[in-house]
Amino acid sequence: MAEMDTSGGGHKKGPGVKKGKKLSTRIDLTPMVDLGFLLITFFMYTTTLAKPKTMEINMPYKDPNDKVEPNKIKESVALTVLLSKNHRVYYYEGMASDPTKPPDLKATTFAAKNGIRDEIIAKKKMVDDMKRAGTLTAKDEMTVLIKPDTTSSYGDMVNMLDEMNINDIKVYAIIDITDVDQNFIKETEVANGVK
Amino acid sequence: MTAMCDVAFLLLTFFMLATKFKPPEPVVVSTPKSISDITVPHGDIVLLLTVDAKGRIYVAMDDRPTRQSVIEMVNSDKDLKLTKEEMNTFVADASEGIPFSALKAYLDATPDQQKVDEVNAAGVPADTAVLAPNNELAEWIKAARTTNGKIRICIKADGAASYPSVQKIIKTLEGYKIFKFNLITDLKGIPVGTAAYDDAHKGDAKK
Repeated sequence: MAEMDTSGGGHKKGPGVKKGKKLSTRIDLTPMVDLGFLLITFFMYTTTLAKPKTMEINMPYKDPNDKVEPNKIKESVALTVLLSKNHRVYYYEGMASDPTKPPDLKATTFAAKNGIRDEIIAKKKMVDDMKRAGTLTAKDEMTVLIKPDTTSSYGDMVNMLDEMNINDIKVYAIIDITDVDQNFIKETEVANGVK
Repeated sequence: MTAMCDVAFLLLTFFMLATKFKPPEPVVVSTPKSISDITVPHGDIVLLLTVDAKGRIYVAMDDRPTRQSVIEMVNSDKDLKLTKEEMNTFVADASEGIPFSALKAYLDATPDQQKVDEVNAAGVPADTAVLAPNNELAEWIKAARTTNGKIRICIKADGAASYPSVQKIIKTLEGYKIFKFNLITDLKGIPVGTAAYDDAHKGDAKK
């Protein structure tokens, strides 16, 4: 198939003819196949079959005129997570609403083992135990407050939101980091000699 | 041998008919990974806000009539004095990362010059407050939402982009009372032993 033979058969060399004219037109079709594959490769690279995957985000409804911030979250079910630079994650229990009792900041990473995921699972278990013991009502759900620092990256925020989905946390919110939290981070960094 | 040629042309015809050309992206963005496997519903008109690793914002809409309406609105609101040809150039081009002040010059330039400009441009300026004078992103979003109230807003940001650059977009959206949007992510597998993994495999144990 690489070539087509459209010759009418070779002509016999007649007497008196000095040069025999051989009319054989053999068309080599390999370039056509090459073109075919080239076009396939072109279309494979420049087009797309798959639609990109997305994460649906629902931010909490915030009325800019609403000055009052209803803080109905119980300290015992809350876990505050601070995202900082170099993919570092600080967390503490509760919401640090009491200025006289500064929280115990712990640092961790997004690693699969001994990372923030294990901490979230541990806290969730604690909340479930408290619900079983009766300390909390059935309506109280574990709440995670995510506060990304100005030095954190977008990838960290997405990782944290993904952890919410992975661990089936239904109540969480992305909140602006406060000066108080920024100070906590600075103090922890200084205490551990981290830049 | 003929059979191979036939298969090659069959594949070629399939690709020609079944796929769409990828919209030309202004920058290469590597989105972060997430377990979420929802895809953008087919047929939704999307306002795509791309943020690259340096924090530059690009605005893109994949629907021509929407782009036409948006550029007309922006032209009249900001008094950019764009001519018809310049507006047509905008409609033909898929995405936009130029501040208003440089927009007229950009649309006037040749396609090669445009490519160079796009790479060097600073992206669409944005700010956390919707009414801030340099928040041009707010203008684009306002024009897009006025054209089509149901337009789906998708943010495609690079994982290394700093959080404040994406925070500006989110705060601008909140300023317009837009609380639902989508983040474009890559798919990653659900880690074993977690709640989501158990949910996904709930039916397996029963079999």
